[in-house]
Amino acid sequence: MAGKLKIHVDQDKCQGHARCKSLAPELFELDEFGNAHEVGDGSVPAGLEDKAWLAQTNCPEIAIEVTEE
Amino acid sequence: MSDTASVMPEHPPVLDWIHDFDHTDPRWTENPYPIWEELRKASPVVHTERFLGCYMPTTYQAVREIAHDTEHFSSRRVIVRDVRPETMNPAPPITSDPPVHKPAKQVLLPPFTPDAMKKLEPRVRAICNELIDEFIADGKCDAAARYTKHIPVRAIAHMLGIPEKDGELFIEWIHGILELGIKDDNALMAAVHEMSAYFAGHIEYRKTHPTDDLISTLMKATDGNGQPLSDQHVLGSLRLLLIAGIDTTWSAIGSSLWHLARTPADRKRLVAEPELMPSAVEELLRAYSPVTMAREVMKETTISGCPVKPGNMVLLSFPAANRDPAVFPDADKVVIDRKENRHAAFGLGIHRCVGSNLARMEMTVAIEEWLKRIPDFRLDPAGKVTWSEGTVRGPRQLPMLFGRPA
Repeated sequence: MAGKLKIHVDQDKCQGHARCKSLAPELFELDEFGNAHEVGDGSVPAGLEDKAWLAQTNCPEIAIEVTEE
Repeated sequence: MSDTASVMPEHPPVLDWIHDFDHTDPRWTENPYPIWEELRKASPVVHTERFLGCYMPTTYQAVREIAHDTEHFSSRRVIVRDVRPETMNPAPPITSDPPVHKPAKQVLLPPFTPDAMKKLEPRVRAICNELIDEFIADGKCDAAARYTKHIPVRAIAHMLGIPEKDGELFIEWIHGILELGIKDDNALMAAVHEMSAYFAGHIEYRKTHPTDDLISTLMKATDGNGQPLSDQHVLGSLRLLLIAGIDTTWSAIGSSLWHLARTPADRKRLVAEPELMPSAVEELLRAYSPVTMAREVMKETTISGCPVKPGNMVLLSFPAANRDPAVFPDADKVVIDRKENRHAAFGLGIHRCVGSNLARMEMTVAIEEWLKRIPDFRLDPAGKVTWSEGTVRGPRQLPMLFGRPA
């Protein structure tokens, strides 16, 4: 059984492609410049794990880290 | 201006793509994909003596390395041309390098967020339907001339706060800059001057009649030191929005309709499963990325093991990166529900296209509205599809027949 997932957007890498927001709107929010941030502390609610991985694998800047707690 | 003939001689045909590539060769314009495959198999970076010396990264990795390396590669020239005149017309932030790039870009980002695009979406949907109304009864149309061309022009005019009908002027200027300008400096300068004069008028008017459009937003913005942007900076950025915002999206919508006209299975699937539209748009962006950028080598370095020397330009082909099979399985196949798609159609690194959210919205709306009104269509065998040459690739003639074959 896999552990709980946590996501983090590296602000040095994010360039605001906004693919994560489109794929997983529950997990990411955009600031006024369109750069992405994880919602809250980045904990991925149960049931949204696939979306977290989808966002990670579609980020052109490889800016999203997904870790298992 | 040079007193010699400004139109460069026609380029000799390419005999050896690997050592003498030319992105203006008619075979490249018609179908670049097999050429890129040949180049990629030869080396991650190839070189040509044409264009006063130019490299081209052929793999996703090499494109990524260059796009992220603003120390060795400058954006001060973003089009690979026959000439490199010193007189340049900067269009910040696309022609900016760090550290001035960031403040210039931050001015433009808020008006182009996905939320801002949602507000513009109803107008774009209406534009699409107004265009379709004009030709649907004919049972056929040149989709490039009657549909795809006008959507981005009218949308950006709407955002800038200028008459949508002035879009015809923009199309002429952009043709002069992006296509004719590669080989004809006079055509480029004439277009740049006309465009600047046009916008200078709009800027002057707003000094006494402030508006809440994008031109006024730029006029009210400040630079990294808290100073208002100069008129020259505002003009340059307006030039950028127009040049970068129009035939790019025209091309992306056109290539998408071209693909759907030739691929009934994808067309039917999108009609039946509209929820696939987001992944389909990303896949069409990957497979038919319109935009190739350029860099200038400033310092000697190594890219994917290949030495790269100053004095050369770089043809930064995001479209070729997006066809790299090392990153995209079945890279030459359009898979509209592709799950993993880190495509670089909007660039990589600090120069990520500022209008990417606008382009996605326009593509999505343009394809959706077309499919609603014209679910069945095919290329007209009596006509000919033609493609633009140079920096932005897309269909410039796209003759279509509507309905099922009799």
